[in-house]
Amino acid sequence: MAEIVLDKVTKRYPDGALAVSDVDIEIADGEFLILVGPSGCGKSTTLNMIAGLEDITDGELRIDGQRVNERAPKDRDIAMVFQSYALYPHMSVRENMAFPLRLAKVDNQTVNQKVDEAARILDLTQHLDRKPANLSGGQRQRVAMGRAIVRDPKAFLMDEPLSNLDAKLRVQMRTSVSKLQKRLGTTTVYVTHDQTEAMTLGDRVVVMRGGHVQQIGSPQFLYEQPANLFVAGFIGSPSMNFLPATLENGGLSTPLGAFPLTDRIRLLVEGANAPREVIMGLRPEHFEDAALVDGQSTTFEATVDVLESMGSDKFAYFTVEGETATSAELEELAADAGSADLTDSGAQIVTRLSAASAAKQGTPLDVWFDADKVQLFDPADGRNLTYSG
Amino acid sequence: MAAIGTAAPAGAKARWALIDILVVVYALVPVLWIVSLSFKTKETLTDGNFVPRSWTWQNYVDIFNTTEFIRALVNSIGIALIATVIAVVLGTMAAYAIARLEFPGKRALVGVSLLIAMFPQVSLVSPLFEMERGLGLFDTWPGLILPYITFALPLAIYTLSAFFREIPWELEKAAKMDGATPAQAFRRVIAPLAAPGVFTTAILVFIFCWNDFLFAISLTSTEASRTVPAALSFFTGSSQFEDPTGTVSAAAVVITVPIILFVLFFQRRIVAGLTSGAVKG
Ligand SMILES: Nc1ncnc2c1ncn2[C@@H]1O[C@H](COP(=O)(O)OP(=O)(O)O)[C@@H](O)[C@H]1O
Ligand SMILES: [Mg+2]
Repeated sequence: MAEIVLDKVTKRYPDGALAVSDVDIEIADGEFLILVGPSGCGKSTTLNMIAGLEDITDGELRIDGQRVNERAPKDRDIAMVFQSYALYPHMSVRENMAFPLRLAKVDNQTVNQKVDEAARILDLTQHLDRKPANLSGGQRQRVAMGRAIVRDPKAFLMDEPLSNLDAKLRVQMRTSVSKLQKRLGTTTVYVTHDQTEAMTLGDRVVVMRGGHVQQIGSPQFLYEQPANLFVAGFIGSPSMNFLPATLENGGLSTPLGAFPLTDRIRLLVEGANAPREVIMGLRPEHFEDAALVDGQSTTFEATVDVLESMGSDKFAYFTVEGETATSAELEELAADAGSADLTDSGAQIVTRLSAASAAKQGTPLDVWFDADKVQLFDPADGRNLTYSG
Repeated sequence: MAAIGTAAPAGAKARWALIDILVVVYALVPVLWIVSLSFKTKETLTDGNFVPRSWTWQNYVDIFNTTEFIRALVNSIGIALIATVIAVVLGTMAAYAIARLEFPGKRALVGVSLLIAMFPQVSLVSPLFEMERGLGLFDTWPGLILPYITFALPLAIYTLSAFFREIPWELEKAAKMDGATPAQAFRRVIAPLAAPGVFTTAILVFIFCWNDFLFAISLTSTEASRTVPAALSFFTGSSQFEDPTGTVSAAAVVITVPIILFVLFFQRRIVAGLTSGAVKG
């Protein structure tokens, strides 16, 4: 078990690409830390630097207070689970899991005992003598985990370990990984590009973008207090709705209509030195069918484009006429989600209404939103003007 | 439905079986013919029977009674083995670099080796003859080993780099994370996975050297370095009027045996798809 500190860590590849820039992360002993961000943002590079598979260009990596920049992977006592699992195809499951112990010259009896125990935890006992080629995807994934846990390393590093599994198995394995980590209490750094995994698994989440850390915090904190537009748009599913808005006379004029700012938000915005033109963000659950709310101060009427009833809630999609919010962050998020040119006319809004709502597809609906949950962002640099963390 | 479902594959199976049999027969009949000739007596040699009427070991006894053949066999084995070992070792290093590393001139290297493989060997025979005579290599083992390596290397590099590209290099990283030194990672993970490729290449290169006639006949003049394919063409009967067909056939059978042994010996190691299951699911 160990505490891992990344101190201004930078990685520049030989071809000049700056993959990771000035990353500062302190990972506490026993913590489950998630690195999340779109593909190419430098997550794997960061993980590989912790592992020792990539050199650190600049900055310092400390494990338990000791600088380890120059240590070979084998001298760092860290285990890694690869996205591809990287099982040794010429070895049986037992030999695969025993490999780290054999290299450490552990005696036969202890090896067998540890492998058997790991196999029992991971439900692999009846597969110990098979070759990886004869296992299912989920079983291979568990062997990879087994190989990591047999030798009680100081830390686990996992690079998108579940991304090759099908959706159902992924959810199942997500729970097992989480349980396993709690049970072993080993410091774990887990890389994923899936925000759902990030939200459900980690004690703390690091959101990265283009080699820079955007924000570090507990999943709930990132969800409620995103530091900028990128984090706001990346965390949460369905994601936050963004609309262009103008700050004037202590109120906000938006495509949903003009309304006064609540006192709380006004104070924050004044303190943040906000520009006139801003981007307003509202999460889907902060909307409601106006018929179900008392004291409807902030409402708008729009036609329901699509209605998805999930039983417990209803998701209603609207198109709001007028401009759409634009910024570099939003474009990057849209590109990452693969929805870059879906915006034909007006902005799409997703709302989560309670199951009691009478909303119908194709008919107009009065929708209320919680004005105190509005978040405002500076379009120029993306910072959250209503951040109070 | 079920009837159609089973009938179609059965029909396809029969068709494939027929095609397979045709191919095998086509390939094996000449070989069996040679074997048959080698066991015939001088009198029945030309009787046209596929199965000899009267069997004899005489042809085999004859060839092993001449130093000519035994010397040639020793030359063949020695030259082919040495050339194979050198070509495979050099080829392994080159292919590893091509599969694993980015370096300036990589494309040029691959292009040049392809060029060598395509170069018509017969056009090189005269210059090689002159050069080897000038250098004192003519009619020596190195005189054959060198051109064999030259022409086997492109083959080796090609086959090996195709194999090496199939090895998931993440395995090497995994081994490092599991606590292996680079040497241990190579010996315990990479080498076992590369072995089938190396053995396959070794067999191909060995067969290439073993079967060569062009260089063997042009760059040798005595028993000092003449290999079996060349020596065969010098076979005569015990008198010059005697037909050497029987002894040539026996010699041909004898030189096929090492190839078969070579392949059988390494076959166990050439397990196709050994790397499957290393990654993904
Ligand atoms: N070996 C390499 N050489 C040069 N650039 C690389 C190399 N590996 C990754 N990169 C670049 O570094 C950036 C971060 O890559 P990576 O850490 O793999 O991202 P992620 O894991 O978040 O998807 C990317 O822009 C990628 O193109
Ligand atoms: Mg990655």
